[in-house]
Amino acid sequence: MTLPAQKQKATDDLLGAYDAPTSASRWANEAREAALGRYQNMGAPTRRDEYWKYTNPAALTAGIATENPVAPTDVTAFDQVDSLKLVFVDGRFDVHRSDAIQGVQINQLADVLAADIHACKDLFGELEARGQKPVHRPLAALNTAMAKEGVVIHVKGQLDRPVEIQYLREDPTADILIHNVIKLDKDASLTLLESGAIGARFNIVSEIDVPDNASFHHIRLQGRETQRAGSNHIFARLGAESLFKSFTLAVNGTLTRNETIIELTGDNANAHVACAAAGDGDFHHDDTVFVTHDAVNCESRQVFKKVLRNGATSCFQGKILVKPDAQKTDGYQISQGLLLDDDSNFLAKPELEIYADDVACSHGSTCGGADETALFYLMSRGISRDQAQDMLVLAFLDEAIQEIADETLADAIRGQLQAWLR
Amino acid sequence: MLKITNLHASLEEEDKQILKGVNLEVPTGKVHAIMGPNGSGKSTLSYILSGKDGYEVTDGSASLDGVDLLELEPEERAAEGLFLAFQYPVEIPGVGNMTFLRTALNSQRKARGEEELNAADFLKLVREKAKALKIDADMLKRPVNVGFSGGEKKRNEILQMAMLEPKMCILDETDSGLDVDAMKLVAEGVNALRSPDRAFLVITHYQRLLDHIKPDVVHIMADGKIIKSGGPELALQVEDEGYADLLEGAA
Repeated sequence: MTLPAQKQKATDDLLGAYDAPTSASRWANEAREAALGRYQNMGAPTRRDEYWKYTNPAALTAGIATENPVAPTDVTAFDQVDSLKLVFVDGRFDVHRSDAIQGVQINQLADVLAADIHACKDLFGELEARGQKPVHRPLAALNTAMAKEGVVIHVKGQLDRPVEIQYLREDPTADILIHNVIKLDKDASLTLLESGAIGARFNIVSEIDVPDNASFHHIRLQGRETQRAGSNHIFARLGAESLFKSFTLAVNGTLTRNETIIELTGDNANAHVACAAAGDGDFHHDDTVFVTHDAVNCESRQVFKKVLRNGATSCFQGKILVKPDAQKTDGYQISQGLLLDDDSNFLAKPELEIYADDVACSHGSTCGGADETALFYLMSRGISRDQAQDMLVLAFLDEAIQEIADETLADAIRGQLQAWLR
Repeated sequence: MLKITNLHASLEEEDKQILKGVNLEVPTGKVHAIMGPNGSGKSTLSYILSGKDGYEVTDGSASLDGVDLLELEPEERAAEGLFLAFQYPVEIPGVGNMTFLRTALNSQRKARGEEELNAADFLKLVREKAKALKIDADMLKRPVNVGFSGGEKKRNEILQMAMLEPKMCILDETDSGLDVDAMKLVAEGVNALRSPDRAFLVITHYQRLLDHIKPDVVHIMADGKIIKSGGPELALQVEDEGYADLLEGAA
């Protein structure tokens, strides 16, 4: 199959941006080759693709990443959290700045791919490949094919503290590919925190296997790096009675695409994805979510809240697919934009595709300005317009923050948001 | 204290005249009531005094202790000591009642050049005031007015009044939506705040609230003007005869 000329060019340009990874063990080479084939068949995304209608991927597919000055590392809410820190600098794992690994098996991706045997070998590229249907995610396939860096985390039980991945920057031109694989055993649980400016441009893929009775909590900070340009893909597979909860706090960034692809494959599983975003000025934030219900009595929830001003744009493409046998599905989706002026944009495309007949699915999407009645009420009590608006903005975003299960972490996120908005 | 002279105002969007020359003075320490039929402009008067958007003052003036209210932003009016108890208190999801009260109190104190109240002193004060109004800890913790019953909302208004200690309190149909017991509780809260340094303007349709909050002067408002003023007996006359006779007498 040949691609249209423009798409072919973008495909080749982007591929040319990365050095081929060194040869690994046979299974890994095969997985990478298969991914490269997927990428080349699909082609790099262009504006003409259905799922890139609202977001221009040009900066993500250019042959060279745009240089992007390194800002001082932000103090984050996670600094107060006792966690096991894994540190990347310019996309390379930094052993010396990372904590000693205890209580959990963590390897670098390159080491795992070079080994003949590893518990996670069946996952690498596998969840990404499953997530390519029915919607193409070429950037993720490219990542599988070309990424040399990443961590492979194998959790066998309960961890006494969260694992935090920090992606630090020093080089203003670094173009980053990181591929993480996270495997939980049955009944295991993990809280994963992610923070940092990552790179001049980045493409991160995380494949996460959450089998029966396991639980996975994820909190991601996307901070004040004004020129952030990159994509994230999370591919998660959930077993019976399992729990998956992911929350992202985002401010600023000229082009951020966060894709979350979740497959509920075991009965009574539970998947929640949430995001609170605040954009000011040159901000484009894209949340693309695809939840597939393929088991009985599963619940999924998507809660996305965006506050936008000075021409900021945010989009939400959220889909719930309920397969024929996924009876008793409880699917919920809400996306809301709070526009603080007439120049900002909130673009939403909620989608439900349901083939089972005994399901409860609901979705809503709203977009509007600050509630003048509430503003007046606050002002009539002596609170200035600016402060009243801040209170309403924080209250609006808090509905997404409430999706975080751990109260301490939720409060840390509230503090982080207030610090970032100041 | 509150002095309104020849106040004319219209809706910004519709160019519809609502206030057509209101004259009213409420001296310190007094309770004045305004009664009147639907659409007479009572609530509009309260909104214009507190600074709500959407109205245009076309003539006249309103001042509080000599300060021109109409020139001020709503929050500045509040800091000057004006308080409006809303007919329909607004629900604000996500904003805790305590946070709201503390932010409001400290904003006003700051505006007046006073020291802000620390968390411990604030907590002590709010607990004491809440207790008198039978507002429990749960209501203080919940988001502002969210899930409150009609009575709870009105009690919450009076709590705010008690915390902010305004000079001039306007009560806009505080009795609407209240049962007899709730009305008593609210009236007790208001009466506890009566003082020689504070004035009240009580807007109501019905005389029954005035059984509990005894006014010094009653005004009848119709078609954007005060058409008659008198003592508490005027309210009883309205209760017995309705507004029709009064309106005809004025015409």
